[in-house]
Order: sequence, then C-alpha cells, then structure tokens
Amino acid sequence: MHVPDGFLDAPTSVATGVVAAAGVGVALRKARAELDDRTAPMAGLVAAFVFAGQMINFPVGAGTSGHLLGGALAAVLVGPWTGALCISVVLLVQSLFMADGGLTALGTNITLMGLVGVFVGYGAFRLALAVLPRKLGSVPLAAALGAFVSVPAAATVFSVLFAIGGTADIATGKVFAAMVGWHLVIGLGEAVITGLVVSAVVASRPDLVHGARGLAGRRPLLAGEVVA
Amino acid sequence: MGAGHGHRLHFHGHSVVHRAPAHLKILLLLGFVLTVVATPREWYPVFGAYLAVLLGVVLLAQVPLGYLLPRMVVEVPFLVFAALMPLVAEGPRVVVPVGGWELSLSESGLLGAWGLVAKGTLGVLASLTLAATTEPADVLRGLQRLRMPDLLVQIMGFMIRYLDVVTSDLGRMVTAMRSRGVDPRSPRHWPALARTLGALFVRSYERGERVHLAMLSRGYDGKLPEAVQ
Repeated sequence: MHVPDGFLDAPTSVATGVVAAAGVGVALRKARAELDDRTAPMAGLVAAFVFAGQMINFPVGAGTSGHLLGGALAAVLVGPWTGALCISVVLLVQSLFMADGGLTALGTNITLMGLVGVFVGYGAFRLALAVLPRKLGSVPLAAALGAFVSVPAAATVFSVLFAIGGTADIATGKVFAAMVGWHLVIGLGEAVITGLVVSAVVASRPDLVHGARGLAGRRPLLAGEVVA
Repeated sequence: MGAGHGHRLHFHGHSVVHRAPAHLKILLLLGFVLTVVATPREWYPVFGAYLAVLLGVVLLAQVPLGYLLPRMVVEVPFLVFAALMPLVAEGPRVVVPVGGWELSLSESGLLGAWGLVAKGTLGVLASLTLAATTEPADVLRGLQRLRMPDLLVQIMGFMIRYLDVVTSDLGRMVTAMRSRGVDPRSPRHWPALARTLGALFVRSYERGERVHLAMLSRGYDGKLPEAVQ
C-alpha cells in the first residue's frame, strides 16, 4: 500500500512533501487545541493502536490480501485532526524505522492516507450522519460509509499524482481504472471492519467516540438498592 | 509486560556508522534517496555506483547482508507491480520468446519497471541501513536537532515506546481468539475480530490517559526532559 521511492518523480515527491508538511503542521495545532497537554501520550497511543490494527490482514481475492488503512476509523474515533496526526506519525515511523514506504515518498503517503483518507472519510461520515436518523446506532453505519469512500478517494488522488509525476508510460485511464477498481474491493473490507470496530466501541464506551459526540446522550446516574 | 522493548530492525554494533550522529545519518539518507529518485533511469552505470556506495556503508557498519535481505520483503508488492508494467504500458513493443510463447512487452514499460526496481530497492536498502544502525531514541534526537516540531517528536516517541505493548496486547487477544476456534483472517469471524480491535482501542486510549496522569504527577509541563544517556 505504501508508495516506495522512485514511483513518482522528484518534483512531484517534493511537492507532495510540502503539502504533507503543511497539513501535519495544521493538524498539530488543531490537535493541541483539542487535547492540550494530553496530545503527546494520547496521539502516541492511538498511533500505536492504528499500527496494530494495520497488522490485521484480510483476503481481497486472487490470493492477495489488503490490510486496514484506518484513516476513517481514526477520524471517527478521535476526530479528524488528531486522526490525521496519528496516521501521519504511523507513516513516519514505518518509513524511518521499518523501511516501509520510501523516505522521498513519505510526503505522498502522508498526503494520500493521512490527509485525503482521513478528511474524505470524515467528510463522508459527517454527511451520512446528517442524513441518517439522529441516534447512536447510526454512527457505525456512517463510519462504514466514510471508510468505504476514503479508500477509493485516496486511490483516485494517487492516479492523479501518477498522471502528473508517474515514472511509467501507462495510460492514465488504465491506472485509474485498475487503482480505483481494486480499491473499491479493499474499501468494502475497510468499511465492514471500520463499522464493526466503531460499533464495538460505541457499545462499550460511547463517550470515547469523537464522531458520536452529542448523540450519546446523558446517561442518568442510577442509584438504588441492588437485589442480588 | 511480556513484551521485549527491543527494536525490530536494530542490529547492535559499535561501528563508525553506528556511532555517527543520527541527524547526519538522516540528512545523508534523505540526500541519497532524493538523488537516486532524481537520477534519470537511463544512466545505468550510475545506479551501480549507488549500490556500491550503499554496500560500502553496510560493510562499514558490519551489518551482515543476510540480516538485511530478508527484511526487504516490504518491497514485494511493488516488485509485482513492476513485473506487470511491461505488459500494460504503452508505446513500441518488443517480442520476447518465453518457452515457446511470444511475449509482447512494451519498451517504455520495461524501462519503467527497471527504474522502479532499481530506485525502490536502493531506497529500501538505504532506509534499512539507517534503521539497523540507529537506536530509535537516537533517531528521535536526530529529528529534534533537525528542527522537527517538538510535539511531533514526542508523539513519535510515545508511539515507539508503546508499540510493543499495544501490538503484544493484540497478539494475546488474537491468541485467545484462535484458542477458541476463531480464524481472524476469515470474514466470517470479522465481528469477533472487530470487537477485539474495539477493545484494543479502549485499552490503548485508557492507557494513554493513565500515562498522561502519571506524567503530570511527575511534573510534565508539555516538554519532555532531555533523556539522560
């Protein structure tokens, strides 16, 4: 999934690097406004969670497997800014410490998965939530929809980048059809898993789900005798 | 915690490369991969020179190649893509006989595939060399010296510190699932897997809250004290 060195030419890589740096800079400020001095440990732990979640593979067909990208999942669980920050940190660590995704392609990877994946996913989630009935049960459904949209959206932006700075002479239409077609299938897996995970968290700790704020309602404190 | 706090790729050593300041190594790596990516792929001998330089550094670092090569599997999906490229790319084609069949390959596709394989492989090997010769804490200090925002370095630090805790948490949950007859890969068992991931999120989030409180009680004011060597 991670774009390696040499896939896109140097100018495109540098340009996406600038976009990614600007995006991460804004996300840093917004996340700090949301989490204040809890930012470092909370974002760090959520990033570790996203990394662990990405270790789960699911079969996509033809003997290959995809793995959870987690952009929409992180956005729904901790909010889009913190989510974008977490995904970007995951990509940074994977690139610097695990050689997963090229260092020159880091900007591209952060732009695709950390920015496009998270914000398109979150936008679709918000839209779906506005249409669906205002209740807690709508949150997982909207999250699944957001996840489904986010994966082909990232693939579409990749096709555009490849048309601009690709290092191979493949017709743009072909790249687009292959990338988006393939990622629609991956998006289905992403959607199902994201929806189920969000529904599991909503069932146990709805107060932790950023996307469910205002829907969880106040649970009255029950006091009374317990008859055992 | 039953988890080791070792670093998956680090290869312990005391060579010149191990001891070199991390920020220099990061800058050199970035310069190297940028140069490789910017080199026109028709300059075949230059890529040989790059590889020679890289192998020289690996030799100097005394990291066995047998240690690095198996870790290059991260590159495999893109090798598959590169292998497909001559088949789907446009432009004039050359016919290559392969065991009785005649394979029509695109010339520009072949060139593109070569560029991908050469540049991708050099990039992965160079990144692996940095990871193998530099402790994570040193990489973080290096990034700090390179003026990466302090908060970002802190988040990376926390992620790395708790990575093994969180992944082995998941590992134990998956073991528990398997011992009850669940196959985490099968879509039939996704609901169980998703509940596991949901629980992992709640655990990680709550661990973050506890870590934050523990830090506050030790006087955390938004900055981490300089790590003592």
